[in-house]
Amino acid sequence: MKRTRSWILRLTGILPNARRERERADELNGHLQMHIDENLRSGMTPAQARREALLKLGGVEAGRQAYRERATLPFVENLLKDVRFSLRQLGKNLGFTTTAILMLALGLCASVSIFAFVDAALLKPLPYRDSNRLVGVFETVPMFPQSNLSYPDYLDWKKENKVFRSLDVYERSGFTMATPSGPEPARGARVSDGFFSTLGVTPVLGRDFYTGEDLSSAPRTVLLSYSAWQQRYGGRRDVLGKTVTLNSLPNVIIGVLPKDFHFAPAEPADFWATLHPASECDLRRSCHSLYGVARLKDGVTMETALANVVSIAKQLERQYPGSNRDQGAALAPLSEVISGRIRPILLVLLGGAALLLLIAGVNVAGLLLVRSESRKREIAVRTALGASPGRLLSQFVTEGVVLAAAGSALGLTLAYWTMQLLVKLIPEQMLQGMPFLIGLGWNVRVLGFAAAISVLAALLFSLTPALHLSLSETHDGLAEGSRGSAGTTWRRLGSKLVMVELATAMVLLVGAGLLGKSLYRLLQVDIGLQPDHLVTIQVAAPDASYGKPEQAVALEREVLRRIANLPGVQSAGISSDIPMQGWGDTTWVRILGRPWHGEHLEMPERDVSADYFTTLGAKLVRGRYFAEDEDATKPRVAIINQAFGKKYFPGEDPMGKQLSGLSTPPVPIQIVGIVEDIKEGSLDSANQPALYFPFHQAPGNFFNVVVRTTQGDQSLLAALASTIRGINPGIVTFGAATMNELVARSAYPHRSTAWLVGGFAVLALLLSVAGLYGVVAYSVSQRTREIGVRMALGAQPAAVYQLILKEAGWLAAAGILAGLLCAVGAGRLLSGLLFGVRSWDIPTLAAVAVVLGLAALLASFLPARRAASVNPVDALRAE
Amino acid sequence: MHEKADVWQGTLALMVLKTLEAMGALHGYGIARRIEQTSGDRLSLNYGTLYPALLKLEQEGSIASEWGVSENNRKAKFYRLTRAGRKQLEKESQDWQQTTDILAQFLKPSADRA
Repeated sequence: MKRTRSWILRLTGILPNARRERERADELNGHLQMHIDENLRSGMTPAQARREALLKLGGVEAGRQAYRERATLPFVENLLKDVRFSLRQLGKNLGFTTTAILMLALGLCASVSIFAFVDAALLKPLPYRDSNRLVGVFETVPMFPQSNLSYPDYLDWKKENKVFRSLDVYERSGFTMATPSGPEPARGARVSDGFFSTLGVTPVLGRDFYTGEDLSSAPRTVLLSYSAWQQRYGGRRDVLGKTVTLNSLPNVIIGVLPKDFHFAPAEPADFWATLHPASECDLRRSCHSLYGVARLKDGVTMETALANVVSIAKQLERQYPGSNRDQGAALAPLSEVISGRIRPILLVLLGGAALLLLIAGVNVAGLLLVRSESRKREIAVRTALGASPGRLLSQFVTEGVVLAAAGSALGLTLAYWTMQLLVKLIPEQMLQGMPFLIGLGWNVRVLGFAAAISVLAALLFSLTPALHLSLSETHDGLAEGSRGSAGTTWRRLGSKLVMVELATAMVLLVGAGLLGKSLYRLLQVDIGLQPDHLVTIQVAAPDASYGKPEQAVALEREVLRRIANLPGVQSAGISSDIPMQGWGDTTWVRILGRPWHGEHLEMPERDVSADYFTTLGAKLVRGRYFAEDEDATKPRVAIINQAFGKKYFPGEDPMGKQLSGLSTPPVPIQIVGIVEDIKEGSLDSANQPALYFPFHQAPGNFFNVVVRTTQGDQSLLAALASTIRGINPGIVTFGAATMNELVARSAYPHRSTAWLVGGFAVLALLLSVAGLYGVVAYSVSQRTREIGVRMALGAQPAAVYQLILKEAGWLAAAGILAGLLCAVGAGRLLSGLLFGVRSWDIPTLAAVAVVLGLAALLASFLPARRAASVNPVDALRAE
Repeated sequence: MHEKADVWQGTLALMVLKTLEAMGALHGYGIARRIEQTSGDRLSLNYGTLYPALLKLEQEGSIASEWGVSENNRKAKFYRLTRAGRKQLEKESQDWQQTTDILAQFLKPSADRA
């Protein structure tokens, strides 16, 4: 208590206070006068009295100092003094200060914003109870290592397994929702009854599904996502018990999910409905549409669990050879299912940002070295005047901390904006599939990361000059012309730092070069169609009016007829799936006329209209396209792609060959045409065999329209939607996009990575070249006299150029060479993200080396020119 | 070096408190003279020693000060003991007494050794 009181008083004592100073002087004066008075009284002469009193009083300055030390807190006062002094010093050298602060801010901004993404996607705990005990459950087939389960398989796995506390399934699913203004598409998911309890998620409002509530006999119920509750129902609590009509069926709303809940593999989803297995697909063991999620029993490892599900899959394969042949089992940690795909991208970006931060840090350290070199005299004078090493050190530390604090403050502000910007740059569709990125921003981990970097920066900034100073002898600083020896020390250290910078820049540039080249290669990929002036839209028609095959065929005819009449439409086609969305939606076939033992060939099946291929601009290799009247009454036909021919008819002509489904007796399907491979999956996927059937022989009421236009793609998109809905108000349309947008979306991961790493690399190039310039320019300034002497003795400017450029050339060459070695190593880490480029791509490595070399040459040419234009007389006089 | 000063400061504080208890409100010069006289002029207090000690006691709330006029009509700052200061004096006197008693026991020429 006593101590606290006195600390507070001493702390306030630091503030200057004129009245207190005056009173202190008055008190001292009074003391002196009283002593003099008494001396006079005891008979001394006035002069004697005064002298004696002053002697007794002791050293006035020392006394005042002792008093001050008690009146305030000396170290706080010194600190404030140091801060004031630092600010003055930094303000005096604005160029240095701004550069240092900007560099740190830049490095911090890049690494912190990328770290925020890494945190949101990979570090932040998933919003489920004990999420590390959750696993994704899959069937496997040769084509897809992580494939869906069929509903009957799911029931068997659930019943037979001994390793899961619970096993549940989910499926992303679009609904048609009835609204007062007509039907609308709604985003949703179908889940089994225990899905949320397996995840350990409890609704914030209402209740979870009861056991058995997902059976077709149960009344239909639905849970709302928090955002749907807020946006569609205004967050009202009386939403419970309300009915929402999805796909023409009434569903009772029974609860609302927590705000922080997300489940990327099934999102975006506003409505979480139960399975209610009723469709033909749900009941068929060979129709795979569900993904599993399970909670491991306590003490069960992934390996044990996998062995158990694999044995169940084997058992089912024996039991149901027709449907379960080659259907294996696979498990993966749920965190991997949720964010595994963007993990490598994020790690590469984080690595890039870290390298940039490294360069920035090294650069600032270099600047500080130059500065402390040029402040040698000041330090020497201060030492000579009695400043202790500790006092000097604390001065450096203060300067370093002030710099680091300013840089960090700026960097964090920039990082905040950068994060928001980067999230905004992610296309809406992609962001919806990565709900964990929503609300990305500051949290404890990101702030901790930023704080760690700031502290490291402060350490680097304060210890670099201190270390430098303790290495050199301060008294040298007072001697004129003593620059030679100390300058060399710094030049050596500075050169090493610059080599590190150049090597790091090299690594980043090579990374950017490789990613850029991948992106270029990716955009050059032949997708088998002409994407310009091509637009697409998805159509979902209600089962009640269009569920029967002939109804679907009639709808398809009407849609195409109406679209053909729209202005600007050249041709239109229909397909069950559009290109670049994935190689899924497969079917099983066998080739007739070959021995068959129940094996099946799996490949994507697309049901397309007669004009589909011509509308896409696909190329026919052999045979013909489908005819308009090729319907169920005609013999079944198929078109295959080239990959199909290569894989299953090597050295044979596939034309006229017959395929069949796996039914007995087989129904022959004749191959009537071969098209060049259309990229059904993402741009970076390899082409696979694909099979096309006439829409009229396999119709459906959920399909995609593609339209080739002669003008205005965007205006047509709006017209398309209203035209199609004009046929029947119960039809919903969604997913309108141009084909070029789909291409861009498919290239997005590569594009964003390439641009970000490219940005890092350009900054790294600038920083490292600036660093090189700094070293060479400093070296020139230190050698002015030497150069003057050389020129006075007859050296030509060319010789001076050579002198300087040789020094810079060595540095650059060493840095680039070291960088090349590191880049080849780093490239291997990158190889997973590369497309069509090897990680040791020679042209890229060579081009980057040349670019860096030229930049280095330019950076050293400027100081060399200054050196060559030195006037020998001035140079000699300057000393 | 610092430790010595601290010890001195500690005993000085006690002397100041005792002086103020005995004399009532008193200015710095008076306190210095009184201590010197009491010590039989074996102690000499200069400004750099006395005033920081007074400041410390005042910061800790053991003494309080106000401006007044000295017997010779000089403007002076008068220090007086506060209630907290009285308590501190009582406690520190006891402590000090105990310490000196113990030390005295140690320094006493021992009889039983002979």
